[in-house]
Amino acid sequence: MIEAQDISISIGRTRIVSNVDFSVKAGEFVAIVGPNGSGKTTFLRALCGDLPFTGAMRLDGHDMLAMKPWEAASVRGVLPQSTTLTFPFTVREVVKLGLLAGRSGASRSDEKRLPELALARVDLAGFAGRFYQELSGGEQQRVQLARVLCQVWAPVLDGKPRYLFLDEPVSSLDIKHQLIIMDIARDFGRNGGGVVAVLHDLNLTSMYADRIFVMHKGRLAASGTPSEVLTDDLIEQVFDCRLRVGVPPQGNMPFVLPQTAY
Amino acid sequence: MSDRAVAGMTGIDERAVFAGDRSVRAKAVIVFLAIMLAGVMLFSLTSGASNASALSVLRELWAGAGDDALSARDRIIIYDIRLPRVILGALIGAALAVSGAVMQGLFRNPLADPGLVGVSAGAGLGAIVVIVLGGTMLQPLTALLGIYLLPLAAFGGGLATTLLLYRVATRRGQTSIATMLLAGIALGAIAGAFSGLLTYIADDRQLRDLTFWGLGSLAGATWMKIASAGPIIALALVAAPFLARSLNALALGEATAGHLGIPVQRMKNVAIVTVAAAVGASVAVSGGIGFVGIVVPHVLRLSIGPDNRYLLPASALLGASLLILADAVSRTIVAPAELPIGIITAAVGGPFFLWILLRKRGIVDL
Repeated sequence: MIEAQDISISIGRTRIVSNVDFSVKAGEFVAIVGPNGSGKTTFLRALCGDLPFTGAMRLDGHDMLAMKPWEAASVRGVLPQSTTLTFPFTVREVVKLGLLAGRSGASRSDEKRLPELALARVDLAGFAGRFYQELSGGEQQRVQLARVLCQVWAPVLDGKPRYLFLDEPVSSLDIKHQLIIMDIARDFGRNGGGVVAVLHDLNLTSMYADRIFVMHKGRLAASGTPSEVLTDDLIEQVFDCRLRVGVPPQGNMPFVLPQTAY
Repeated sequence: MSDRAVAGMTGIDERAVFAGDRSVRAKAVIVFLAIMLAGVMLFSLTSGASNASALSVLRELWAGAGDDALSARDRIIIYDIRLPRVILGALIGAALAVSGAVMQGLFRNPLADPGLVGVSAGAGLGAIVVIVLGGTMLQPLTALLGIYLLPLAAFGGGLATTLLLYRVATRRGQTSIATMLLAGIALGAIAGAFSGLLTYIADDRQLRDLTFWGLGSLAGATWMKIASAGPIIALALVAAPFLARSLNALALGEATAGHLGIPVQRMKNVAIVTVAAAVGASVAVSGGIGFVGIVVPHVLRLSIGPDNRYLLPASALLGASLLILADAVSRTIVAPAELPIGIITAAVGGPFFLWILLRKRGIVDL
């Protein structure tokens, strides 16, 4: 379990995130949503150790600040919003960089073919020989996810859960691949790992997330299950536009539509 | 179960298992480059005013003194003039190419080169300080460090420049290429100003030393120079391969490298010291020899890709070969006189650099 208490983050003199409490358990898919500039990505970056913060952050009771880079790398993989490369790496070479972190946790027979398995998982089978720089933005994003999967292939290693941190993993993807990537994240959680994803699409969030943290102006506006959080009032207040939340006929998750659609 | 059966069962095309994997080719290229380096060294040992044959030189080197394959005069030429020159050329060529590759990895930019971004100029300033002030103000240091003072001072100058450059060009793990190149120009100008000042106060004998040194030449190669700069260069060349994996991860950005378990800050420090040591020691003995650091890694990346586990050793081998060849050209093209080797590398490297810019204008558009 990752627990963050009273997290505040400043960049320069500007306070970006104030007094946020957050947690993600093994087996859980947690989404962070909020309008642009609400501090979602900044909070995720602090959670990954990329930004200084005040407050306490613990992994299974251990202070995360005290962890060495390689210790942290063995329990969590991080997918950034986008990654550009200046050197002509092939897709396989990029994906294999995930193995630098050490133990993927894959079975012995899978270990050798892990780059292929990971690429097939993100629907990029046959792309290993292509040059990364020549791929589209969405394909590049999936290659990076394959790299992260190589790093933390097994959601549980030595009986300890591992974590996936995803920063807007689907924002550059078409609908089919949005679902494929969200399925990968959900499976990671269902198999015992923990997932934290910054998301923009409220309906995808509602479909996949076990819990939602809503951020607004650097503070936590609400947290809870999709049905607890996605209400007309909260959505209108946080996103500052009129949306209608409903429940589809054959489902139990809320869905959100712009008022102007009617 | 065979790999073929496994691949078949999972629906993965078995040909795809090797697609995008350039490690086999890279290893073959490294073997080829090693053989080429041996050939180039032998060629350089046997070419020049004296015409000892390749076979007799090989027999001499193999059997040692006592064999009558070479005349006494040839033996002196080979052992005291050509061999130190070839070894020094190999060391410096390797040092320049490897430090170019390491800098490019560190700055995540194929245009980073010690000569272009002022590191060589900083190292040169360190060397000039010792040449001009070594006999007077720095006398105690000269007495203490002897022949190592010059390469150490150049190392210090290179280190200071690299650190400054990194501080200026990198913010929050992102390196701005434009800032890096412009900062390099500024640092080069500052180093040039101090160098000019020191040249101004130098006496006649020091001026001659400075001019000779500044042209960029292997002509003064002696076993003494190898003894002074060799250990520092060798240390840097040994350290470089340990950076390879980290540099590969760094290609994804500093944050991602950290997420892959790389101790980024420590690794950057090691990389900067390695570059400064290799460049400093090279500049101390041979002056500024440009473009090796940018041409060699670039050519190799086209063939074996950017994986530093292969790029670094291959750069060392190709850099060594190229510099020995350039040196052979520099002492034969206007024989019996000699062209400074820096002229040869600049004449080849300058147009090459323009070619890279034309092919990849996007690199600088940031």
